[in-house]
Amino acid sequence: MTNVSRRALLATASAVPLGAALAACGGGDDGGSPAAKPASQSDVDKAMTTPTELTFWTWVPDIQQEVDLFQKKYPAIKVKVVNAGRGTEQYTKLRTALKAGSGAPDVVQIEFQYIPTFTITDDLLDLRPYGAEALKDKFVDWTWGQVTGRDGEVWAIPQDTGPMGMLYRQDIFDKHGIAVPKTWDEFAAAARKLRTADPDVYLTCLSANEAGAWHGLLWQAGAKPYATSGTDITIKVNDEVAKKLAGYWGGLAREGVIGTEANFTDAWFGALNRGKYATWLTAAWGPVFLAGSAKSTSGKWRAAPLPQWDASAPSSGNWGGSTSAVIKTTKNPIVAAQFAQFLNSDPESAKLFATKQFFFPATKAVLADPGYVGDAPAFYGGQKVNQVFADISATVNASFGWPPFLDRAVTDWTETVGKSLAGKTDTVVALDQWQQRLTTFAKSQGFTVQAS
Amino acid sequence: MAAVRARRRTAGPLFVAPFMVLFVLLFLGPLAYAAYLSLFQDRLVGGTAFVGLDNYVTAVQDPRLLRGIGRVATFFVIQVPVMLLLALLFALALDSGLLRLARVVRLGIFVPYAVPSVVASLMWGYLYGPDYGPFAQLSRKLGLPAPEFLSDGWMLGSLANIVTWEFVGYNMIILYAALRTIPPDLYEAAAVDGAGPWRIAWSIKLPALRPALLLTLVFSVIGSFQLFNEPNLLQRLAPDVIDSGYTANLYAYSVAFTSQQVNYAAAVSFLLGAVIVVVSYAVLLTANRGRSA
Repeated sequence: MTNVSRRALLATASAVPLGAALAACGGGDDGGSPAAKPASQSDVDKAMTTPTELTFWTWVPDIQQEVDLFQKKYPAIKVKVVNAGRGTEQYTKLRTALKAGSGAPDVVQIEFQYIPTFTITDDLLDLRPYGAEALKDKFVDWTWGQVTGRDGEVWAIPQDTGPMGMLYRQDIFDKHGIAVPKTWDEFAAAARKLRTADPDVYLTCLSANEAGAWHGLLWQAGAKPYATSGTDITIKVNDEVAKKLAGYWGGLAREGVIGTEANFTDAWFGALNRGKYATWLTAAWGPVFLAGSAKSTSGKWRAAPLPQWDASAPSSGNWGGSTSAVIKTTKNPIVAAQFAQFLNSDPESAKLFATKQFFFPATKAVLADPGYVGDAPAFYGGQKVNQVFADISATVNASFGWPPFLDRAVTDWTETVGKSLAGKTDTVVALDQWQQRLTTFAKSQGFTVQAS
Repeated sequence: MAAVRARRRTAGPLFVAPFMVLFVLLFLGPLAYAAYLSLFQDRLVGGTAFVGLDNYVTAVQDPRLLRGIGRVATFFVIQVPVMLLLALLFALALDSGLLRLARVVRLGIFVPYAVPSVVASLMWGYLYGPDYGPFAQLSRKLGLPAPEFLSDGWMLGSLANIVTWEFVGYNMIILYAALRTIPPDLYEAAAVDGAGPWRIAWSIKLPALRPALLLTLVFSVIGSFQLFNEPNLLQRLAPDVIDSGYTANLYAYSVAFTSQQVNYAAAVSFLLGAVIVVVSYAVLLTANRGRSA
């Protein structure tokens, strides 16, 4: 498990680099178009035996092996896998193709958080008429919440996820007599203690350009910053919960007891290798990623849940992960929908994603598979890391939603909140600026912005 | 006779046609389309509407755009003189024939231009690194504070350094080529009149270089105001310093691809184009007035 190159991991952990994070919930499809009539079993049988070619845009490396499982089951269907770039690069191409009215794929890889940016423009196919609702129980509840629209539409099928936890350096903790923090108060105390004990080590780094991690922490704290309903949008990125979070992290940053440097840069990889940071608050794709990126620290890391605001009610947020969605313009909706469903829910295919691409699973079956959760990598001193994150996944809040203009929210976060963390200025004030910028933008886009 | 004249009349346009077709298709067409786009507004709610010059009115009052233009103007004022002066010195030194290994030196100065600006920015980004960059390590070994190349105060200078490194060689080659076209009899005549090498450089070479210098200056105006690759790549290393409106071009890009306001981005681009035209024209005008005075 550990001999995976960093490059492969970067490419794999589907949510990792491109910062942003986003998901589906509140996607507003204006006016709720009536759901198409359910496809009957005979329609499906006919479609699946008629020679058809699908185009599938994805950046997942080696996904051909999962696609092959589908083609083996349905020999009449040919799936053309196209790598149109990862994350935002692909979305830009997709939006261009959709605007041009031709060249869009049938099925596409979309991160959770970007789903509303495509439902607002009515570009995704509701998968309910194609039997998607029957899959609901196969997936972890919150992941299904992420792909479900306001009126119950199923916009995509979850593929991988990133419930957030904490990776920490057991050796550094032992050396300074620090216990694994269970609450954020303990975490702050540990940050101060470590800083005094060793000026070269910080407890953690909350990157000033990683809005995805911030959203995950907001999510854990129970915030519901975005809700879209038709042309109405509620923006509450500076409510009481968010202010608590901003006061906490802004305070630690200003005290100088945590780092704020940019994630996923050479300097940051170097810092992890050299033990500048004693923890990495990351997502479930983090363990494999770290094992490939900080090889020299093998055996020193362990995994634990995030520290809690309320230790009696553990919760977590999600950072990253993606789905397969069907584009509305597809000429073969039945086949495309069947493919998206098979790819992510077929037991063999779902298991392959977990063991070959090292995706953190979205299906309950793989998360309960002893072969998966029983894995005990040496990088983590033989700890069953997958089990730790499988348990965390069960504590992720199911009702977090994303805005229909995620890229903008991410950029504005970096230029307000992120900037205040790096510049050690008042993060709570920066939160208000973020709110202000988003409100102005939403209004300029024609939304009616609800006062929080 | 008449037939020959008629053929001549059609021959001209025919020769120009291949250029004109491509020029219209690939240059005027997209430009006109962008101008057309800039008159509309496409919103997530409510769709596309004709708004006339509204986008331009918004843009001229947009503080982030104005700040971006102001920043590249500062960049231009500081970086371009340094770069052109260096290019001029190198060109004169090479042309003087007094340099050993002139070919190697010439190639060495020019090679950075052959390095794609993306690679150059990545390389310099590593060198600037505050933790593990060589400069930081060196100063730590010497017990000095590490230079903060990527901090707010230094960033523009750090960018100027990258751009200078990339383009000194390019400008030097233009100037050097111009120097090689000066007829040697002028030098001989000057030598006969008793002029030394410095006098020759000042009274013959520099005046002869004027058109070439003007050319490099205008290129530099355009290059400076369109500054994009370098800040775009360093943004990842210093996201708190380089924001989405750090330079005007970066702002146009982020408006188009982050906010998906393609129409507004078209208006911003046109405004930026207008600024470049005005500045270039002002530079030419100033230089020419200098000559007639």
